[in-house]
Amino acid sequence: MSMSRRTVVGLATSSALLGALAGCGGSGAAGEGETLTVYSAQHESLVRTMLEGFTEGTGIELEFRDANDSELANQIVQEGEASPADVFLTENSPAIDVVDDAGLLAPLDEATLEQVDEAFRPASGDWVGFAARSTALIYNPAEIAEDELPASMLDLADPAWEGRVAIAAGGADFQAIVSAVLALEGEDATREWLTGLARNAEIYSSNTAIMKAVDEGEVPVGITYHYYWFRDQAQDGLVGDDAELHYFRNQDPGAFVSVSGAGVLASSDQKDDAQRLVEWLTGPEAQERLAGSSALEYAVGVGVASADALPPLADLQAPAVDPGSLDAPLVTELMQEAGLL
Amino acid sequence: MALALAVGVAALALLPLGYIAWYTADLGWEGVRELVLRPRVGELLWNTTRLVLGTVIGCAVLGVGAAWLVERSSVPARRVWHVLLVAPLAVPAFVNSYAWISLLPGLDTYAGALLVVTLSYFPFVYLPVAAAFRGLDPALEETARGLGLSSWAVFRRVQLPQLRVALLGGGLLVALHLLAEFGALQMLRYPTFTTAIYDQYRATFNGPGATMLAGVLVLLCLGLLLAEIRLRGRRGYARTARGAARPVRPVDLRGLTAPALLALATLVGLALVVPLASLGYWMTGGRSAAVDWAALSTTTGTTLALAAAAAAVTTAMALPTGWLAVRARGRISTLLERSTYLGSSVPGIVVALALVTLSIRATPWLYQTVPVLLAAYAILFLPRAVVTVRSAVEQFPPLYDDVAASLGSSAPDRLRRVTVPLLAPGIGAGAALVFLAVVTELTATLLLAPTGTTTLATAFWSASSALDYGSAAPYAVVMVLLSAPATVLLSRDARRGLTP
Repeated sequence: MSMSRRTVVGLATSSALLGALAGCGGSGAAGEGETLTVYSAQHESLVRTMLEGFTEGTGIELEFRDANDSELANQIVQEGEASPADVFLTENSPAIDVVDDAGLLAPLDEATLEQVDEAFRPASGDWVGFAARSTALIYNPAEIAEDELPASMLDLADPAWEGRVAIAAGGADFQAIVSAVLALEGEDATREWLTGLARNAEIYSSNTAIMKAVDEGEVPVGITYHYYWFRDQAQDGLVGDDAELHYFRNQDPGAFVSVSGAGVLASSDQKDDAQRLVEWLTGPEAQERLAGSSALEYAVGVGVASADALPPLADLQAPAVDPGSLDAPLVTELMQEAGLL
Repeated sequence: MALALAVGVAALALLPLGYIAWYTADLGWEGVRELVLRPRVGELLWNTTRLVLGTVIGCAVLGVGAAWLVERSSVPARRVWHVLLVAPLAVPAFVNSYAWISLLPGLDTYAGALLVVTLSYFPFVYLPVAAAFRGLDPALEETARGLGLSSWAVFRRVQLPQLRVALLGGGLLVALHLLAEFGALQMLRYPTFTTAIYDQYRATFNGPGATMLAGVLVLLCLGLLLAEIRLRGRRGYARTARGAARPVRPVDLRGLTAPALLALATLVGLALVVPLASLGYWMTGGRSAAVDWAALSTTTGTTLALAAAAAAVTTAMALPTGWLAVRARGRISTLLERSTYLGSSVPGIVVALALVTLSIRATPWLYQTVPVLLAAYAILFLPRAVVTVRSAVEQFPPLYDDVAASLGSSAPDRLRRVTVPLLAPGIGAGAALVFLAVVTELTATLLLAPTGTTTLATAFWSASSALDYGSAAPYAVVMVLLSAPATVLLSRDARRGLTP
C-alpha cells in the first residue's frame, strides 16, 4: 500500500480535475441553436453517407443517438412531449408506426412525401420511407441443395427444420419480418409459426452473425435481409463466401420488403430544420448517394435506380403490405408468448 | 450532518431495488404471473443456474488448486506465478469472450460459456484463498500430520475448513458477477437473465417484460447473499495462541513438479495468453482497416473523464458512510453501510433500467445526462470506495484529532491538516478502484450514456457486435492497458479484497 500511495493520490487529484471536464461533455439534451438531435436506428454508415453535405449545405449541425428500432421508438413514447429528439430514423417501419400511433409525429411536407414512391410511405403521411430492404433466406449450398429449400418462409416452422434455421430473434429486422407475417397471415397463423420457430431456430445476435454461421456450416439456412450478403460479396465474400441467397418471391411473407422510415417529432422545437433533414434524405442527391454507396439497400426516391449489383425490386414479387400498419407491440407479445423473447 | 449524508447515499444505493419492488407491486399479481410464470423464464432460470453452479465449482477448483501450489508447495517461481494468476483480471470478461469467440466460433455452447467465464473469474477465488493460505497457522497442520494424517487428509480436514470464509466469499463474488454478466455471454450466444433483459429492453425499452425479468434476477442475487451469510456460519478461525506463527515449510512436490508447472502454465496460457494473443492478432493480422486514432483518442478521453468524475463522486459519497461505520458504530451505521453493499449487488442492467425510467418520469431535466450515468456508477461501485475509506478511518485513531484540538487547532484547520492527510491514501485507493471499474463498465453505460457519448466499452461493443473484430481490438487493448496497473496493485497485496 505504501508503495502505491503516491500514484494513488495522484490519481485521485487528477480525478477531481477531469471531473470538471466530464460535467460539460456529452449532454446534448438541450436543444440549443442549430443542432438537431436525430434518433437513428439505421446503420450508422448508411445514414452518415446519405447526409454527407447536409451540414455544409444548410448550416444545421446534427447529433445522433444510435440504437435499436424498438428501443428508440419506445423511448420516444416514454419521453413524450419532453423528448430531446427532433427527427426519428428507423431501420424498419414497425418502430416508426409505434411513434405515429402514439400521435407523436408531425405531418411531413407534401413535397417531401412526393419525392418517394407511394409503396414506401404510409397512408397517414406522417413519415416517409428513405431506404428499403428485402427479406431473403441465406443458405449454405454445401449443407443443403437449392431445390431442398422451403417454398415459403412459413414452412420453416415444420418439425423437419428443427435445429436447422438461424434467426436473430432479438433484432428489429426479424421482428419487422414477423410483423409482416402478422399483417399478411393473421394472429393465429403467426402464433403457430412462432411456436414452431421457437422449437426449430438457433438464435443469433445479428444478421451478420447468421451469415457467418451459415457460411461456416453451423446451420444450413437463416432468415435475413438481402444486403448483408451483398455487402459481404462486395468485400470479396470475407464472411459469407460459402453462402448463397435465396428469394421466396410469389408474394410470400418471406418476400416482404421492409421500409426504413423518417419522421419529424411533433414535440420538436426545430420542426423546420427537421423537415429539411427529411426532405434531404428523400431527395435525389441523398438517394443517389444511397444507390452508389456500399450500403446496398434499395433506394426509394422516385426515378432513382438502386445499385446495379442488386436484382430489381420489382422482380422480387414482394407481398403488398402497408408499411404504416405494422403492429410492433403485438409482435413483441406474440414473441414473448412463444418464448423467443 | 454525516448521518444525513449517509442516509442520502444509502437511499440512492437502494433506489433500483425500490423501483423494482414498486413496479412489481404496481403491476399486480395477474401481470406478474403472466410475465414471470412462462416457459422462457424457466429456460433462463435453468441456463443461469447451471452456468452459475458450473462456474463457481470450476473457479473454486482452479482457485484453490492454484493457491495451494503457489502458497504451499515447492513449485518454482512462486511470485511470478502469483502475478500471472491475478493478471487475467486486467482483461474484462467481455473482452476475453470476444478473444475466444473470434478465434473459435464454435464456442457458443454451454461448455464454451463455462470455459470463458471460468477463465475470467477464477482469480476472484484465487486471490482470497491465497491470502487465507498465507494466514493459516502451520502449527495446526503439523499437529495433524504428527497425528498421522496424509497431505491430502490435512488439506481436506484441516486447511479446507479454515479456507471456508475465503472460498465462500470468492464464490459469492463469482456468482454475483456472473448474474450481472452481459457482454461475455451475449457474445457467446448463451442466454441468461441479464442478456434476456437486454433483448427485452431493445424490443420494448423499459417495458414490463424487461422489468419483471429484472425482478427475478434481483431475487436471485438476494438469494445468493442470504445463502452466503448462512453458509459462512459463526465459527471463528483466528489464531488465538500467543507468539508469532512459524513460517510455512512448503510441501515438496518432487516428481510432481513438472505436472504442477504444466498445470499452472496451461491455466495461465488459457486465461491470459490466449486473450492477449487474440487481441494481438486482431490488432495486426486481422483484416481491419488502419486504427482510427482520432476516434480512439476521443473515446479514451471521454472514458477517462467519466471514470475520473465517477471516482470523485463515488468516493465523496463513501466518506460519510465509511466514517460513521467506524466512529459511530451501531445498528444504524451498520445498516447504512450494508445498504450500499446490497444496492451494488444489483446487476448493472437493472440499475440502468431503473434509472432510465425514474429519470424520464421524475427528473426529466436530468434524463440522458452525465449525472444519471454517474449515479449508476456510484450505485454499482460504492462498496469499493466504502471499504477502503472505512479501513483508512479504522487506522486513524481519534486521538490525533483530539491532540490537535488541545493544541488550539480549529475544526476546519484540523480537517485540512490532520484528517484529510491521514485519510488521503484510503480515499485515493478507493477512487482508483472505482476509476478502474468504470473504465470497463459496459452494461449500464450502453443504456445510460448521453446522446453522442461513446466510451471504450461501448465503442468496443458496437464494433464487436457487428463482428468487426479488427475495429474492436484497439478499444479492448486500451481497456486492458488501463486495467493492468490495478492488477499489479492487487497482486502485491492480496489481502485487500476487490469488493467486500
